[in-house]
Amino acid sequence: MSRRRATPAVVPGEVDVLVLGGGPAGTWAALEAATRGQRVALADKGYCGTSGSTAAAGNNLWYVPPVGSARQDAIAAREVAGGHLTERQWMERVLERTWDAVQTLADWGYPFPVADNGEQRRNSLQGPEYMRLMRRRVRRAGVVILDHSPALELLVDPDSVVTGAAGIQRQRAGTRWAVRAGAVVLATGGCAFLSGALGLNVDTGDGALMAAEVGAELSGMEFSCQYGIAPAFGAQTKGLMYQFAAFTDAEGAELAGGLFPSGLLDVQRAALRTQVYARLERAEPQIRQAMRWSQPNFFLPFDKMGIDPFTQRFPIRFVLEGTVRGTGGLRLVDDECATTVPGLFAAGDAASREPVTGAISGGGSHNGSWAISSGGWAGAAAARFAAGRPTGWSTAPLRPAGGPGLRPRGHHIVGPRADDVVAALQSRVLPLEHNRFRTEQSLRDSLAVLDSLWSAVVDGLAPDSSDAHAVVRSREAAAMLAHARWMYRSALSRPETRGVQVRDDHPDTDPALVHRIRVGGLDRVWTAVGEARPDTHPQARVPGALAQMAAS
Amino acid sequence: MIEVISDSRCIDCNICVEVCPTDVFEAVDGGHPVIARQSDCQTCFMCEANCPADALFVSPLAGPAPAGSPLTDETFLASQGRFGEYRRWLGWGYGRRPGSLQDRNYVFVERIRRAAEVGEVGEVGETNGQPRPPGHVPHPGS
Ligand SMILES: Cc1cc2nc3c(=O)[nH]c(=O)nc-3n(C[C@H](O)[C@H](O)[C@H](O)COP(=O)(O)OP(=O)(O)OC[C@H]3O[C@@H](n4cnc5c(N)ncnc54)[C@H](O)[C@@H]3O)c2cc1C
Ligand code: SF4
Ligand code: SF4
Repeated sequence: MSRRRATPAVVPGEVDVLVLGGGPAGTWAALEAATRGQRVALADKGYCGTSGSTAAAGNNLWYVPPVGSARQDAIAAREVAGGHLTERQWMERVLERTWDAVQTLADWGYPFPVADNGEQRRNSLQGPEYMRLMRRRVRRAGVVILDHSPALELLVDPDSVVTGAAGIQRQRAGTRWAVRAGAVVLATGGCAFLSGALGLNVDTGDGALMAAEVGAELSGMEFSCQYGIAPAFGAQTKGLMYQFAAFTDAEGAELAGGLFPSGLLDVQRAALRTQVYARLERAEPQIRQAMRWSQPNFFLPFDKMGIDPFTQRFPIRFVLEGTVRGTGGLRLVDDECATTVPGLFAAGDAASREPVTGAISGGGSHNGSWAISSGGWAGAAAARFAAGRPTGWSTAPLRPAGGPGLRPRGHHIVGPRADDVVAALQSRVLPLEHNRFRTEQSLRDSLAVLDSLWSAVVDGLAPDSSDAHAVVRSREAAAMLAHARWMYRSALSRPETRGVQVRDDHPDTDPALVHRIRVGGLDRVWTAVGEARPDTHPQARVPGALAQMAAS
Repeated sequence: MIEVISDSRCIDCNICVEVCPTDVFEAVDGGHPVIARQSDCQTCFMCEANCPADALFVSPLAGPAPAGSPLTDETFLASQGRFGEYRRWLGWGYGRRPGSLQDRNYVFVERIRRAAEVGEVGEVGETNGQPRPPGHVPHPGS
């Protein structure tokens, strides 16, 4: 008889706060709600503690001591780098909150390294260690954890207030679950289009689709074209160590190098015509062991292949990380991480990170701090919202709001297969030539394909409901397709190059476009001008002509 | 992708079934779990990190290893010390110290930050030739 470690949790019929997603954002949200004495459940598509971007990849944090002008300097620097779409007040709050949360992690015993001066260095969290700890704390706080229980749709009451969610238990023969909740926190991560980037195949944007179905809007979706560097044989997109790389083309001619991959955009352009290689030849031998201990998950794949990345040239490729290390997501309307829909809060990569990262990737420090902070705020606000609901929400009739990929509108149509939908949309969003280097023509061409795919999905994508994996895949296909359309419509509405968005037909940054772009809708995707000059720093300058390209 | 569950090492605890984020394994009554959906594997190494018996090998390839590849050959992999490799780095398992105690990411992040200050880092046109503000970190992604 094989052993089972623990009997899986019983699905509660009703809780005060339901958290969807169990990465850092979801776990901090659940903890915060539970500390307020609320009944809390957390449902994850995979396993809370190993699933999502942070668990697999690890996070350097935006962690700046409250000393001297350090924080003001960091904020000012980000305002420029972020194309002036950040908000100072959010950045201050995130820096403060992160500082406190990291202290909490230290109190809980996270094994931080100790520097020569005897002090702990607390700006980096290794993924497996961090998320294992978060799971323990969430369990200890009395939160009901539902693993392998992807949410498929939200439940709304007659006043259109979000009042729970429903999904499927894929390790229990596809048993459906439904939890009534006074408020819901969406912490389902970003959307990386099943590109395979490190740990990201669970992040297919399901949360934003569910939210859009009840009318939520998004922002910053044009900044979703972040590509990570990976060895060509794999897709492990850890980037920091490439600061020691020299990049060469197929003939061995150097493309870029230096302390930092300065011309990374040039390297990506070169990748359109040649196989690009890298070698970490600039790492002095005496620091190589420290590099290994810092990022074992960067070196593990090379060791397993028998490649010495310090001395051997290896082929690389660029793998899309979408909105995970891009910027866009659900638009928050207040400090409490409320979305535009009552009862629905968003945190982490599910939300737009423009307030703290602006137009560039936050995936090297800002995102992790944002996940911690926004998770905490969303959890607290959801708890308050639930507590303040008029009695009656417990018994109100609920309507499941899910559509595309779950409930096809057409009845007698032979619909597309989810795998074909995914392959078709990937062919428009994964390649550098479509998504990294954008032009109006290419965006319109892509949208023509994606829009007609959407009609087919809405009418006929119908999963075999007896196969739990097929049901999830079908819904994921719809979510990714919605993201692709939001992303390219937003890109069309920003005819300029700013942050990670590179428009080859508009290589300059346009001072008239220092505003965010809101986007929403499913059948008809709309865009609108969002917050203008959210960063009101008096010395604000318009950044340079070309996009800031970080080695994310 | 996940390639090997070692027959001789596996103790049937089903932890891998539980922790795999993409539900690749399937528990088998009275036996070792099986790799039921290899094509769903995202090569995240989390099962390896959590297997208490060092019984799993995740190949670093983004696709399945070709037939006859040493990456599927248990005897060869064992001879190279490939089982339990990630756990050793993480310092997980009885009597080990957490690998995070040796985390020096701050050195590598700081290195980039300082380079940005002295202008060695040429992010593409980001400041259009103007001096960089102090403390600007050009977000290395880690
Ligand atoms: C290689 C790499 C390196 C990175 N390094 C850094 C770094 O150094 N510093 C930094 O700040 N950021 C970094 N990032 C980004 C950072 O990891 C993310 O921003 C962060 O993980 C976001 O947390 P989250 O909780 O929102 O999402 P995630 O950690 O991705 O968690 C999302 C969770 O939601 C679950 N989920 C998804 N869909 C559903 C559904 N339908 N129902 C239920 N659950 C669902 C998933 O299973 C997952 O557990 C990196 C990213 C990558 C890819
Ligand atoms: S975790 Fe390891 S020991 Fe446990 S069942 Fe899986 S392979 Fe076997
Ligand atoms: S490597 Fe990750 S996705 Fe693949 S089987 Fe192991 S835990 Fe699952």
